[in-house]
Formats: sequence, C-alpha cells, structure tokens
Amino acid sequence: MIMRHEDIAIKIQPEELVGKVSGLQGDGCRLVQIACSKTKENNFELVYSFEKDYKFCNLTFEVPPDAEVESISSMCFSAFLYENEIHDLFGLKIKHIAVDFQGTLYETAVKYPMSVETK
Amino acid sequence: MSKRTIIPFGPQHPVLPEPIHLDLVLEDEKVVQAIPRIGYVHRGLEKLVEKQEYANMVYVAERICGICSFIHAQTCSQAIEDLLPIEVPERALYLRTIWAEMSRTHSHLLWLGLMADAFGFEALFMHCWRLREKILDMVEDTAGGRVIFGSCKVGGVRVDIEDAKLKDIVIQYNDLEKEIKEITDVFVEDYSVKHRLVDVGVMSKEDAHVLGAVGPTMRGSGVAKDMRTLGYAAYKYLKFEPVVETAGDCYARTKVRIREVFQSIDLIRQAVAQIPGGPIAVKVTGNPTGSSFQCVEQARGDVAYYLKANGTKNLERFRVRTPTFANIPPLLKMLGGCELADVPVIVLSIDPCISCTER
Repeated sequence: MIMRHEDIAIKIQPEELVGKVSGLQGDGCRLVQIACSKTKENNFELVYSFEKDYKFCNLTFEVPPDAEVESISSMCFSAFLYENEIHDLFGLKIKHIAVDFQGTLYETAVKYPMSVETK
Repeated sequence: MSKRTIIPFGPQHPVLPEPIHLDLVLEDEKVVQAIPRIGYVHRGLEKLVEKQEYANMVYVAERICGICSFIHAQTCSQAIEDLLPIEVPERALYLRTIWAEMSRTHSHLLWLGLMADAFGFEALFMHCWRLREKILDMVEDTAGGRVIFGSCKVGGVRVDIEDAKLKDIVIQYNDLEKEIKEITDVFVEDYSVKHRLVDVGVMSKEDAHVLGAVGPTMRGSGVAKDMRTLGYAAYKYLKFEPVVETAGDCYARTKVRIREVFQSIDLIRQAVAQIPGGPIAVKVTGNPTGSSFQCVEQARGDVAYYLKANGTKNLERFRVRTPTFANIPPLLKMLGGCELADVPVIVLSIDPCISCTER
C-alpha cells in the first residue's frame, strides 16, 4: 500500500498543535507516533501521526532549534515517551510532559546526537 | 492508606532477556503505579542513515531485531520503493508475504515458550521452542539465514523459492499445525495456566485505543485492527480477518497469539496456492525523494516507518516506531492495581522487544 507522507500531511502552526490534537482525540483518532527531523534550514520538522479506521493523518510543522513546543501528553498520555525521546536525541525543548525524564531517558555518549549542530 | 514502597524491577530479571526497568510503587503487595526506564542499550541505528546509502539501510533495518528482522527489512524496502517510486513484481510480493508469516509463526511460538517459562511450565516452554526450531529450519532452507533472512531488498527479493519447495513448506506446516494445536490446547485449557493468566493485567478496549496499544496487546482488548488489512505486499489478495479477543487480560492476549499462529499458516497456504510466476525483482535506479510513511503489522504489532529523502544516496531521516515502544504506556496501565507476583507475567504479555525499542 502506497502511503506518501505528502498525501496525508496537514501543515499546521506550532501554536495550533494542542487544539488540533484535542480535535483529533475527540474524533476518536489514536496517536501512532511522533517523529522529529532536521530540515535544510537547520530547523526541526515535527510529524505527529494519528489514525482512525486505517486512515492516517500527519500533523506537521517546523520550529527553530531553540523553540519550546507544548507537550500533548496531557491529552495523549502515550506521547510522553516520544516527547522525551525527541528531547534526548534532538535537544528540542518540550514543556509540560506528563512524565518528564529531564534528559535521562537515553543517556547517550554524545549529548543530543541528532541535533542541528551535531555532525 | 498503607505505607508505600518503591521496588525496582529490572533491568536484569529472570523474565527479561533484555534490559528494561520499572519503578514499581507498591501499597502492600499491590502495584499502584509503574514508571518505566529504557535506554540501557540504545544503539542509535537511526543516525546511521547519515553514513549508509539508502539501499544499505535495508540491512540496518533488518538488524534492528532478531525476531522481527524480515518485516523490518520489508517495511524499509516498501518505504524506499514508495520514494523512488518503483513497482515490485507480484511474485516478490507473495514471497515477502510468505516469509513475513513464517516470521510471525516463529515469533509467536518463541513468545509462547517464554510465557510458559514465566509462569513456571518448563516442559511447555521446551515444546514451543522445539516446534519453532522446525520453522527456523524452513527459513534457513528458503532464505539462507535463520535470524537475519537477508532475502528482502529494494525492488523485490534476493532469492526465489522453487515451487516444489513452496509445496514442501505447506506440507511441513500441515504437520506442524497438528503439533502446535496439541501444545496450544494446554495454554487454553490447563487449569494452572489459566489461573496465572485469567483476569490478570486487564486493559479495557477504550484504554487500548486511547493509549495507542498495537498488535495482539490491542486485539486482546477487543480492538479489531490489523495493519495487514491495508493490503500491502500480497495481503490484498488473501482472505483473513483480524483476530480479536475481548477480555483484555493476559489470557486474551495469549489466545490472540495462538489463533494468529493458525491464521498465519492459513495465509501461507493461500499465498502458496496463488503465487504467480515471473521475476522476483526489478532493477533499481536513481535516488529517492520525498517522504514516506509506512505501517506494517509485525508479530508484536504495527511498526511505523517514516523516511525522508532529498534525491541523494543518503536518506535524510530514517525514523522507526517499533511496537514495543507503543505498548509501554498500555503496559503501565495494566500494571496499575495488579499484584506484585503478577508483574513478570504482565510485562511479558505485551511481548516486549527491547532490541526493537532500543533501535
């Protein structure tokens, strides 16, 4: 089955995240995953994947590396692991995580191994 | 309120072949809260994408886990094929399906053995693994490897399985089916097994959905969802329904896996009966571009791959969300309110794979 990210992506603004997730939760969608990646402009792109009845949608937005993103774990408890992982690997700050490991989920040899500065 | 105590569970524990840690907050013998800790063996395989060419990432993906190895390679290949884009020959899709279902049968038998060991039935454990060995022999005979199949590649598969050998696989599975039935009847009927599993680690259908449970952990709570129904590989040509149990306890999760073993055998039979002739791979040229999102059903649940490419030989991002990673929050829910003595069985009931989680 071909599932191009472009076909299921919904671009949003960072400040819209909590409202959009709340809406998706209300519609009965479940969180599938959260992915973070670097962009050419040295920003971070975040992808929040949700699914309902085998229909997927990816909420996508970009933030600069020093931005603070609001956690969605108060609505989707399972998001706390993804958010801690993103913080520990990319160094992106995520505030109000339900279970915040404060940077100790992964104790890596290199701090933030996938951050925009790390080669 | 009773006095609260915190007991560390893992990272080294007899039921855990791999390291995961839980801080268990207890009131007397009852668990009131569980806090997980992972990251003991994190390997950073996702970062390897910066050094390895996209075609080589299939080998990296296959090494994420020794049990789900083939399906990791299959999912990675599917995502790259989506980005190139290329059409994979039908025969290769069927062969991928057959190997994926062989993976599921050996994975579930491995888990059944581990579960038997966890609740103290060592003879049952040995029987499960004895039968699993026969499947591994078939895998070795067809793909060349037992743990790392090495048979999947971008554009198709590396080796064909002759028609005579395909028929032989069905004959061997027919014999195995009877033996598997004998041992799985013990899981389903035995009084002492049921005593350890029934009403233990209960998770409701709503919790399974909201907490993002996947695979047999989700289906054991009554959620009829199986990513194979999306129709990737040759599943679009095969008849099957998601296996569902509704009780939401360890017994229900066990029954889902048992029924899925027989379902997989049936899918192998269907695939062998329908497999067309023709090429097994197409030539791959060019570099991938764009982003792809793939959800594929592994034995432990759906794995989600998110790949980003920029037209060079190296992918920009190789993101893997493994089933166990998704099943940790549901596990915490199951542990709330359980007895301390039941913790090992409940932890095992999600079929944890830390190798996948620590990709």
